[in-house]
Amino acid sequence: MIRDLLKYLIMLVVLVLLQALILNNIQFSGYVNPYLYILFILLLPFETPRYLLLFMGFFLGLSIDVFSNTPGIHASATTFLAFLRPFTIDLISSRDNIEVSSTPRLHQMGFGWFMRYTLILVLAHHLFLFFIEVFTFDGFIYTLSRSLLSASFTIVLIIVSQFLIFKE
Amino acid sequence: MRSLLQFLARFHVFFLFLALEIISLILIVNYNNFQRVRFLNSSNRISASIYEMSSNLTHYFQLRRINEELATENAALQTKLQKLQVVDIFSQADTSVISDTTYQFIPARIINNSVNKQYNYVTLNKGRLDGIEPDMGIIGPNGVVGMITNVSAHYSSGPSILNKRWRVSAKIKKNSYFGSLFWGGNDSQYAQLNEIPFHVELALGDTIITSGYSSIFPEGILIGVIEDFNHDSGANFYQVNVRLSTNFKTISHIEVVKNNFLEEQNNLEEQNDND
Repeated sequence: MIRDLLKYLIMLVVLVLLQALILNNIQFSGYVNPYLYILFILLLPFETPRYLLLFMGFFLGLSIDVFSNTPGIHASATTFLAFLRPFTIDLISSRDNIEVSSTPRLHQMGFGWFMRYTLILVLAHHLFLFFIEVFTFDGFIYTLSRSLLSASFTIVLIIVSQFLIFKE
Repeated sequence: MRSLLQFLARFHVFFLFLALEIISLILIVNYNNFQRVRFLNSSNRISASIYEMSSNLTHYFQLRRINEELATENAALQTKLQKLQVVDIFSQADTSVISDTTYQFIPARIINNSVNKQYNYVTLNKGRLDGIEPDMGIIGPNGVVGMITNVSAHYSSGPSILNKRWRVSAKIKKNSYFGSLFWGGNDSQYAQLNEIPFHVELALGDTIITSGYSSIFPEGILIGVIEDFNHDSGANFYQVNVRLSTNFKTISHIEVVKNNFLEEQNNLEEQNDND
């Protein structure tokens, strides 16, 4: 239990630093920016209580906000992501393929399941984030294409990370 | 009452979600008014020192390019100095150039910077203890970079030109017509200048400099050159597209402009507002 806690804590710190120091500086064609840090919310165990998910989402987003001078923007988007997570899991899995004490990871849930899970949540998060950031529906197509491009980039990074680091 | 409590208990997750989203929205909206939550910006102690460590590391690999930039700037200043000395010989009594101490320059380094957001900020490695205060301008080797809005003991931060919430007063060098320059949010190489009336003669390549009306920047600091311009039917002003002279993707060494008479000027201008 303590070991698990420590593991998630390390993952949190590494993801926030990775996001703030490296990924926020990636500029493909000027406006594509991957947001890998949400991987933390995606990988929390299935039995995490929903209120805890929301709090963690909020404070994870807030910590990214502190680094990127955008109070509230990431916090709102990650809270939204944390709110959607349980519904997405219910939507894409039948009752019997989730065992207690398992985690939503690629090697446990299979490629198809994990891909659907990542796709839905990352798209939801990025759309929310980019529209909250510009705070208007003017230039809808432009914002939409920015969020879709960034989302596909994030999804690739998440899948790759599952093969490289979390394969166990 | 009881059923209300039951209702709240049943949907507690949803209400918690709503509460957190409302807190976030309040943060966002306050921030839109430029009334920043004091602790939530990158000039605070922890995030700034982490940024500085990271910047020290990456800085090392850019030394060559930075050296070249500084050498170029040095050469330009030498040239100016030579010209001034020539002037000096002919007019020993005229000390107006030397005694003009309105503006002072404090060298600093950018330790965090972005170009790909709608609201981009820079963080500098100098703060209050180095004499930096809010409302000072930031200029680089190739012209205007941004201004300071937040200052902590050792760090400071503020919007760069690439920030949709910030505007700078600019004028056309050849005829001194002035307008306001802002960033459209798309391309880090271009900004837009408006409030230039139709009767003004423009040409591609005209130099755009600071007007000196804003008390943040001295007059005549380079901003960029006109890339193209047009006027929409029904509009009263030209739409001027300006290619910025500063490359925000590589900028590192900058100077902070201190206006020694800022307070005096502001006090005077406040009296006008009171009338």
